[in-house]
Amino acid sequence: MANPLLKIEDLHAAVQGKEILRGIDLAVGAGEVHAIMGPNGSGKSTLAGVLAGRDSYAVTAGRVTYAGQDLLEMAPEDRASAGVFLAFQYPVEIPGVGNLYFLRAALNAQRRQRGEEELDAADFLQLAKKRMRLLEMDDTLTRRAVNEGFSGGEKKRNEIFQMAMLEPKLAILDETDSGLDIDALKIVAQGVNALRDAQRAMLVITHYQRLLNYIVPDYVHVLSAGRIVKSGGKELALELEEKGYGWLEPEAAAV
Amino acid sequence: MPTPVASVEDLALQEYKYGFVTDIEAETVPRGLNEDIIRLISAKKQEPAFMLAWRLRAYQQWLKMREPTWANVHYPPIDYQNIIYYAAPKRKTDGPKSLEEVDPELLAMYEKLGVPLKERAILAGVAVDAVFDSVSVATTFKEKLASLGIIFCSFSEAAREHPELVEKYLGSVVPYTDNFFATLNSAVFSDGSFCYVPKGVRCPMELSTYFRINSEDTGQFERTLIIADEGASVSYLEGCTAPKRDSNQLHAAVVELVALDRATIKYSTVQNWYPGDREGRGGIYNFVTKRGKCQGRASKISWTQVETGSAITWKYPSCILMGDDSVGEFYSVAVTKNRQQADTGTKMIHLGKNTRSTIVSKGISAGFGQNTYRGAVRIHKNASGARNYSQCDSLLIGDQCGAHTFPVLEVKNKTARIEHEASTSRIGEDQLFYCRQRGLSTEDAVSMIVNGFCKEVFRELPMEFAVEAQKLLSVSLEGSVG
Repeated sequence: MANPLLKIEDLHAAVQGKEILRGIDLAVGAGEVHAIMGPNGSGKSTLAGVLAGRDSYAVTAGRVTYAGQDLLEMAPEDRASAGVFLAFQYPVEIPGVGNLYFLRAALNAQRRQRGEEELDAADFLQLAKKRMRLLEMDDTLTRRAVNEGFSGGEKKRNEIFQMAMLEPKLAILDETDSGLDIDALKIVAQGVNALRDAQRAMLVITHYQRLLNYIVPDYVHVLSAGRIVKSGGKELALELEEKGYGWLEPEAAAV
Repeated sequence: MPTPVASVEDLALQEYKYGFVTDIEAETVPRGLNEDIIRLISAKKQEPAFMLAWRLRAYQQWLKMREPTWANVHYPPIDYQNIIYYAAPKRKTDGPKSLEEVDPELLAMYEKLGVPLKERAILAGVAVDAVFDSVSVATTFKEKLASLGIIFCSFSEAAREHPELVEKYLGSVVPYTDNFFATLNSAVFSDGSFCYVPKGVRCPMELSTYFRINSEDTGQFERTLIIADEGASVSYLEGCTAPKRDSNQLHAAVVELVALDRATIKYSTVQNWYPGDREGRGGIYNFVTKRGKCQGRASKISWTQVETGSAITWKYPSCILMGDDSVGEFYSVAVTKNRQQADTGTKMIHLGKNTRSTIVSKGISAGFGQNTYRGAVRIHKNASGARNYSQCDSLLIGDQCGAHTFPVLEVKNKTARIEHEASTSRIGEDQLFYCRQRGLSTEDAVSMIVNGFCKEVFRELPMEFAVEAQKLLSVSLEGSVG
């Protein structure tokens, strides 16, 4: 890949002094969908957090280049404006703040940052309706406060709705399948698939293969003990489903 | 990783923008308190004899009282003999007869504060009574209100022009024996606002008082009395600011509300007295007694307050629900940051049958701020069918501040229904990160989270006030998140 959208080189990161990422190398091109799989504690969510700019992670070595910029130097809100979106594993509740109000403030903050004109209420609402149709969502979620009292499935759908509204260039889905039953999983996956296009890259982080039945990745990487120990096509996910992660552990330990 | 987050601390450093001093010659009385000072105040106000007698009784009572110590606030002893109990802008003539005669410096100051004192205020639809130090400076829209029989004037004027109303209602809700600060106020109060809305009249505009302390070392002791006669309704707004000074200033006000049969009084406050600096130097001691009496059947009194200022706040706007089917409400947002302390809440005293009360209290603490909710709900034995709903939520910003809740429920009637909900939360890294990941700056995120937290209270405020309150809150908390 000549100029990947996202290029991670020898990335090391620690949480509270404990090294979690121990040298990640990964290149993601525009329009590609990469799945990151791995057992619990392998560093999947840490990787998502570091890319989005969560303060509690300290990058100790390595580089991340995003669209030609040094991603690690950017504030989280600047990363967002530049097109990096994280669908949270545990979306946060913000009581009293309307879901659409929040989203409009976020979208307009991003547009201001990019030097684009802000959307007025009417245009925003129209866009929201369009996206809801795309995701086959009804508008009950939009009338409530951000994630307040949402079920697990509703929270995840809301993340995908936000993604559809913010139209990122790089979407990171952090265990979007966790806590979802099969019906909810299908709905979320449909939404994600509807947003796949040639410009948008996706990093789909998951513990289980089953999400990848619905969101079919171009590449699969296996994370173990803070390193990518194996990469392959979508068939790698099936292999993992069959064999588990155990057969890869020695490889990780040997490095 | 870079940490471009402006720390909450920086935000809390935000300058107090109302801290200017207006250079106006003031007429003051000597420091300290004795009967002569009280006689002097009463004489300056040209009060009827009953007023002086009432003040002197209060003073005698006060001498026997001790300053209360039960509140969860801490401050050095106040030297009551070192306070100036009366300060008035000096006038060239006996007193302004109209706005044209008011000192232009004063008008300029109110303009700076955004008080719509001039008649162009008609656009804003707000009638204003402005109290500067101890004197009510100007009351707008008097004629228009008078045509409806509404009396809206300074307290001194009411005592002179409508002594029968004042004598009947003064102290009928907060008696001069009530508590240390209210009793002190009864002895020395210098001015304030008076409002009477006659039977069946709905006041067509928001009435407003704007309080400002300007002179140094003066205490401000204003007294507000609002009476809504049968079937009347009125909405009243109160705003406050003071200059920045290193010394503490005492503000001990009393507000009394009386609602007769089916009358409604809505009283909204945005209190932004100077809170002191970052280390806790200076600031206003805001020791205020506010109480409303729902005297008539199906009457309603609603308090809404947004308290962002003052070094120390001690106030409990309360309702005495005497009339059957009467309703009391208390909606409060109290913010403490830096070294501010607030001990605030309400009392709902249910005496009549089927009386209902609602309490929604939102406390926000940042920096080293200490925020206490203190509330009492009392259902007396005759108050069958009484209902209360209380909700007390605390929001913490940072890890050096505190939130405390002291609710008291006293129920003597078995048919009462009471609900109490309480919560404490912290603006967490998680919430902030979530907002920032969506593109919002830290400041916008804090402002949004806090406003969401206060939503139930803000929606009770009149529209213009709600906007002001939201802005005030954002400014108050700027830099509070680290």
